[in-house]
Amino acid sequence: MDRFVFLTVDGLSRGAVYAAFALALVLIWRAARVVNFAQGAMAVAAAYVAYTVSTATGSYWLGFVVAIVAGLLLGALVDRVVMRHVDHASPLNPVIVALGLVLLIQAVLGMVYGSEFRPAEAPFSRSALTVGGVAVLSPYDLFVFATIGVVVSGLAWMFARTPVGLRMRAAAFAPEVSRLLGVNVGGMLTLGWALASGVGALAAMLVLPTELGLHPHAMDLVFVSAFTAAVVGGLDSPPGAVVGGLVVGLLLSYVSGYAGSDLTPLAVLVLLLAVLLVRPGGLFAPVAARRV
Amino acid sequence: MSATRAALPPKEQLDEPGGRPVDRRGGSTLLRHLAVVLAAGLLLVAVSYSVEPFRNFQLATVAAYLCATAGLTVLTGLNGQLSLGHGALMATGAYTVALCQTAFADRGMTGGWLLPLSLGAAIVSTVAVGAVVGVAAARLRGPYLAGVTLAVAVVVPALAVTFDGVFNGEQGLSVPVEPPPLSLGPYFPYERWQLWVTGAATLLALLLLANLIRSRYGRTFRAVRDDEVAARLAGIHVARTQVLAFVVSAATAGLGGALLAVLAQSVSPGAFSLTLSLFLLMAVVIGGLGRLTGALWGAVLLVALPDLTHSVTEMLTLSPAVAQRLEGNLPLAIFGLTLIVVMIAAPGGVQGLLSRLGRALLARRPTRRS
Repeated sequence: MDRFVFLTVDGLSRGAVYAAFALALVLIWRAARVVNFAQGAMAVAAAYVAYTVSTATGSYWLGFVVAIVAGLLLGALVDRVVMRHVDHASPLNPVIVALGLVLLIQAVLGMVYGSEFRPAEAPFSRSALTVGGVAVLSPYDLFVFATIGVVVSGLAWMFARTPVGLRMRAAAFAPEVSRLLGVNVGGMLTLGWALASGVGALAAMLVLPTELGLHPHAMDLVFVSAFTAAVVGGLDSPPGAVVGGLVVGLLLSYVSGYAGSDLTPLAVLVLLLAVLLVRPGGLFAPVAARRV
Repeated sequence: MSATRAALPPKEQLDEPGGRPVDRRGGSTLLRHLAVVLAAGLLLVAVSYSVEPFRNFQLATVAAYLCATAGLTVLTGLNGQLSLGHGALMATGAYTVALCQTAFADRGMTGGWLLPLSLGAAIVSTVAVGAVVGVAAARLRGPYLAGVTLAVAVVVPALAVTFDGVFNGEQGLSVPVEPPPLSLGPYFPYERWQLWVTGAATLLALLLLANLIRSRYGRTFRAVRDDEVAARLAGIHVARTQVLAFVVSAATAGLGGALLAVLAQSVSPGAFSLTLSLFLLMAVVIGGLGRLTGALWGAVLLVALPDLTHSVTEMLTLSPAVAQRLEGNLPLAIFGLTLIVVMIAAPGGVQGLLSRLGRALLARRPTRRS
């Protein structure tokens, strides 16, 4: 029972990070109809910038803020310099360009920092507090839950309650009409990319201390897990992404706890295939009319 | 609009409006392809005698990559299905060949027919895996398909570590390969023999692919890519066509992986990482999506670019640590950058540029005469 509680809490904490990362994917998908396969590489790049700042200044929090700022800037840059110029007539084109970005970013990181693992420090202790003899939560888990909670509710508030959020939704769903009504559609798209990339960078900062450390390929498997989470949620639904992230986190935690951590990649693949074969548009997707 | 429209439909390969078939060269397609393959084979033999052993080995590697890129270009360029999992399919072929050759060697069996048998087994096992992925892929479109195949590419190499009893973990397996037959003489260079074996297998695969592209099946592949609804109305079974395309593509990827394993005489999960899958995709896009000649340019690039950057970093005087970082990553950076630039500026790739150049030259001649 102790083990079950521990695995559940661990899975939820991991799942919260996947949820944030999946949310970043969903943000870009809703705004631009692009699944950003370069999300993982971009997030790692931001984390490396944070690592440089933290080692130079000795302050974790300065690095943390810098990572998010770097993520925002990188997202805007990727949209303005690369993605805007891609022909979106075929869904394959942006995917291929994003994969080119993955190769480029990982190679540049490898050239600058080398491909050995760098330590990623956690700001709080990762050893669990005990409640009534049962090891439950570590302070770091609490930090993760609080941060992700603030980010998710902040995004929800922004999209639902602010003029900017309204404009972003309008630009995504009816670009032509919004342009006629005076919405800066291109700017909203760039803002969407920046926000998504910033959330991705935050997720990377939260997940890297629980993994092996900083490495150009550190987010590959996290990306696959987060993509699975987004697909479970249906790619179009932000609440779906959050639920999907928690589900994937719990599943991975149980599989690695009870069956061995070697099997977690396989579990992700099986879950992804199972969801897509039953509902090719994701569990939370609305029934789509066939476009002729 | 169909969701599986190919990235860059090579228009000049399709029938022109008015129903005139593009193939105006006349004669039997099979005979023409046979002639090209024979000429390529003879050229390869001639080249294998005239260049040094290391170049022979490099050419053999190009041939092995060409197998995989040709299959991928048929799947992505002609059928509109994006696969990021071809590196994993190559790994399937490579591990099958390793297990077969080891089994033969353990039983003390020798003979020239063993290697073709192992390669055949590699193709069969990859076809089985490809059929499973293909059935799933036929239900999926666009980014969903890319995501599933990406998961396959990440997971399959990890399986080699999970089941290390069979696959020997990160160490991988060795592939015992027999020396060249004695009838070729006692001092026959091993690299030349490698080039002959891989070249023959690749040319055979290319011949089959080229005929398939020109056949009824090739036309249904393109019809499904261009408009699924129209294809279905024309009586084409869309899902079956997509699975067939995936299986064919998987078979060539398996053969390519098996040939790579035979060349390297070893297999390990590190050689079949996600990066390999991305490399293959990059090669077919830069070469020119949907064309076998484009797949050739891509395969040449895969071997030549790391070699080039190696010689460049050797020319510069750098500290060993910096040189090591550059050598591993510079080709990747160039690949990624080229991929982005090609997608934005020159869709159609190298082969698209070449055929545009050729057409421009042809078009200019009559005007001069008149």
